[in-house]
Amino acid sequence: MNIDLPAVPLPERDALSAPYWAALDAGRHVYQRCTACAHAWLPARGECPRCLSAHSRWETASGAARLISWVVYHTAFHPAFKERLPYTVAVVELREGPRLITNIIDSDPETLRIDQPLRLVIERESGVAVPRYAVAVPLVSAAVGDVRAVKAFR
Amino acid sequence: MRGKVVIAGIGHTAYGAHEGRSTVSMHAEAIRNALADAGVEKDSVDGLFVKFPTSRFEFMYGQKVAEAIGVQPRIGGVWDQGGAANIAMISFAAMAIEAGQCEIAVVTFADNPKTGSRAALAKPMSPDEVFGWFGAVGGYAMLARRHMEQWGTTADQLGAVAINARANAVANPRAQLRKPLTLDAYRDSRPIVAPLRRDDCCLVSDGGAAVVLMSAARARTLAVNAPIPILGFGQGQTSWNVEQRPDLTSTCAASAARTAFAMAGLEPADIDVAQLYDCFTIVPIVTLEDYGFCPPGRGGAFVADGGVGLDRPLPINTSGGLMSETGMPGMQLVIEGVRQMRGTAAVQVPGARTCVVSNQGGIMHTHSTLVLGEAQ
Ligand SMILES: [Zn+2]
Repeated sequence: MNIDLPAVPLPERDALSAPYWAALDAGRHVYQRCTACAHAWLPARGECPRCLSAHSRWETASGAARLISWVVYHTAFHPAFKERLPYTVAVVELREGPRLITNIIDSDPETLRIDQPLRLVIERESGVAVPRYAVAVPLVSAAVGDVRAVKAFR
Repeated sequence: MRGKVVIAGIGHTAYGAHEGRSTVSMHAEAIRNALADAGVEKDSVDGLFVKFPTSRFEFMYGQKVAEAIGVQPRIGGVWDQGGAANIAMISFAAMAIEAGQCEIAVVTFADNPKTGSRAALAKPMSPDEVFGWFGAVGGYAMLARRHMEQWGTTADQLGAVAINARANAVANPRAQLRKPLTLDAYRDSRPIVAPLRRDDCCLVSDGGAAVVLMSAARARTLAVNAPIPILGFGQGQTSWNVEQRPDLTSTCAASAARTAFAMAGLEPADIDVAQLYDCFTIVPIVTLEDYGFCPPGRGGAFVADGGVGLDRPLPINTSGGLMSETGMPGMQLVIEGVRQMRGTAAVQVPGARTCVVSNQGGIMHTHSTLVLGEAQ
């Protein structure tokens, strides 16, 4: 690790989101589900955005998700990302319903398609566990030994 | 209240760079020019609606502008909708006039992101900065990608939006970018956040712009030259962050347009010219679809296949828009709409009698629509 590189900005935690980050740290990706109407969502909120109930519980996501849209950054808007260009940011929908912003890793952006199945990969960023996604099925190129695709599937 | 309130005056600063100049100073110049255009004395202004600078939020900013121009309005302040706020405040001002809350209203905007701080343009879309989710361009690129994948919209169709804007700006002496843009040059433009290139992004500009509103009756009494009637207005707030929206390829611009067209008693087919907010090329494409000028998914083809040229069914962004005239977030489009209805635009659509103007803000979080009619 090069200590001269500026640090990636880390997510802010508060009382509401603390269980989310604690679960990731323990290897689980969680989301909130309303105990009144069963609606599921991310990010952490005090009230259900569907029925406004203040009662919800944390549930563990299966890790299966699909790709809604993605972009590839060729410009760093923060110095910490200069060394990572180009990188992929995506909107992903969990099988359980909630959507989030994340990164698609170990995948050639040219091969991505909307609705593509993805799988969760928890990675550490300056020690903080964050949810990222990789393609869930081996790409055709994986069969002929594309290192990145094989790594993604591993 | 169709046609009961008019835009009686328009004014702005030069478009481009205003090194070292405060936004309040640019407001004052734009308002001075708009009042002179309307032939109205400053002291008769009793409504002051202010769009605060995107680059810096300031508490009580509207009151600072009032102090700078030496008025104590009956009604006014700022409204937080990003780019949609210009037309939203024109709507509120029109309703305030109709409701007897004020008689002569000024709606004004100024900012200096070109020579001042650009930080607002690169800010994180928190709390997801750990993923490198920064800058408005990333948000619009996310919408563009989904549109391209879902509907088959192409990069060249996005390019056609920029090329149309530039072609109009070439003939507009007020425009900042007047060198023609070719498809090859567009294709060679460097990627910023793919699928969006540099030439998919609007200008970053300093400047101020203002309009003066009053009742049509008052405009007659004051013998205002060429007052432009407000035929309709509407708003629609998509509101949710990009990742939370069930549909990434359409927005609540649809309800804004429905409200505005119903108030005006018009259909999309009745519109002669449109000024569509074009901070990024994907936006006019989605707006054309949301407004009903073409079916969902067909906005790219509508632009690229020549539906928006000056002699086409719907000329759009006749001054060059945010892409090529100036990057100001929206008021210049209202001013161009007024010029088209007066018949005084640099690139005039012959015989145009109706104009629709769109404003929007955030990552298509907010939307407002204005329908203008011919000079009375
Ligand atoms: Zn609920």
